Amino acid sequence: MHEMSLAEGLIQVVEEAAGARTVRTVRLEIGRLAAVELSALRFAFEVVRQGTVAQDAALDVVALPGQAWCMKCCQTVTVEARGDGCPRCGSHQLQVTGGDEMRVKELELA
Amino acid sequence: MCTTCGCGPGEVTVEGHAHDHDHDHEHGAHGDLHYGHGAAHSHAPGMSQEKMVAVERGILDKNDRFARANRRWLAERGVLALNFVSSPGSGKTSLLVETIRRLQGELPLAVIEGDQQTSNDAERIRATGARAIQINTGKGCHLDASMVEHALAHLAPADDSVLFIENVGNLVCPAAFDLGEAAKVVVLSVTEGEDKPLKYPDMFAAAQLMLLNKVDLLPYLDFDVAKAIDCARRVNPAIEVLQVSATRGQGMDGWLDWVRAAAGRARAERAARRAEAARKLALLEEHIATLR
Repeated sequence: MHEMSLAEGLIQVVEEAAGARTVRTVRLEIGRLAAVELSALRFAFEVVRQGTVAQDAALDVVALPGQAWCMKCCQTVTVEARGDGCPRCGSHQLQVTGGDEMRVKELELA
Repeated sequence: MCTTCGCGPGEVTVEGHAHDHDHDHEHGAHGDLHYGHGAAHSHAPGMSQEKMVAVERGILDKNDRFARANRRWLAERGVLALNFVSSPGSGKTSLLVETIRRLQGELPLAVIEGDQQTSNDAERIRATGARAIQINTGKGCHLDASMVEHALAHLAPADDSVLFIENVGNLVCPAAFDLGEAAKVVVLSVTEGEDKPLKYPDMFAAAQLMLLNKVDLLPYLDFDVAKAIDCARRVNPAIEVLQVSATRGQGMDGWLDWVRAAAGRARAERAARRAEAARKLALLEEHIATLR
């Protein structure tokens, strides 16, 4: 339920990057392991974008796969969720190396 | 879903006075605008290149900046800051009260308390003789780095002291918000389920230490300690675990030793920073001398 705080952070990043230019699309990269509920974020974004240069902007979310280093396989593997075992050997000796980011990738301006 | 969740200006108070969430801090140069992506790299082939602006900034960029500033501020003073997270009712405040009682006189201590409302927890801490400041988040569900920055300015913890930050009781949201702490300590009580770490993985993955609290109650429960530790290690293979009872004393010595060791590292880091600064100053003075 912190998606409102995330949306506030998001709109700040957007405003700083866009300046006075109108924003058509905000493209996000959100990892599968990131601590965010997407539908809640979309809802919160609709609230916070009002009155800003992004007030009619669409939110395009690119999902990034979860990645972890398996200490048993000595390889980077793909994981769907935290707590999952390695898809190759089943071990839980995993170090998350990617897929927990929440990033504003780019903006499409009018 | 709570549509009013999240901090707004005027809703967050630090000991009675409003905390404006939008600080007028200077913003460095960020978000370099470059138009280097051609149509082949954009997600909208055919869209004119001038209309795509690469940003590549984290959504939590602003919080992270405050967190980094807090971390630096604390490191310069040798202050160990620990961020206590858990469900409501795990015994965080009782644990802190008992920890303060045992460490008082040995280490300077101060506490930042976070709750939606009331100063009850800060008052319990103050009753021990330690200094505390209460942050009321209003509708908010977590502490963030700007609130902590504000609280630090008021609390002004002493050099080489220990700062406990008791976060809002919530096993979900605080995981995402770095406050500038040295470590997150997650408190799980034996009256909760063993599989809590699997159900709330983000928090247990973010924590360095899990304190399994209320172990004095184990004889009356069906709680499987080994299973709980196993669940925690599934989401965080590196997590340390200590079993304690804040009210009856079991495991408290081990916990205090952990705090002492961490505080020692914070002090050592400050000493190293000072030595480095002194070395640079000496070099500079030497260089100036040669110019004369």
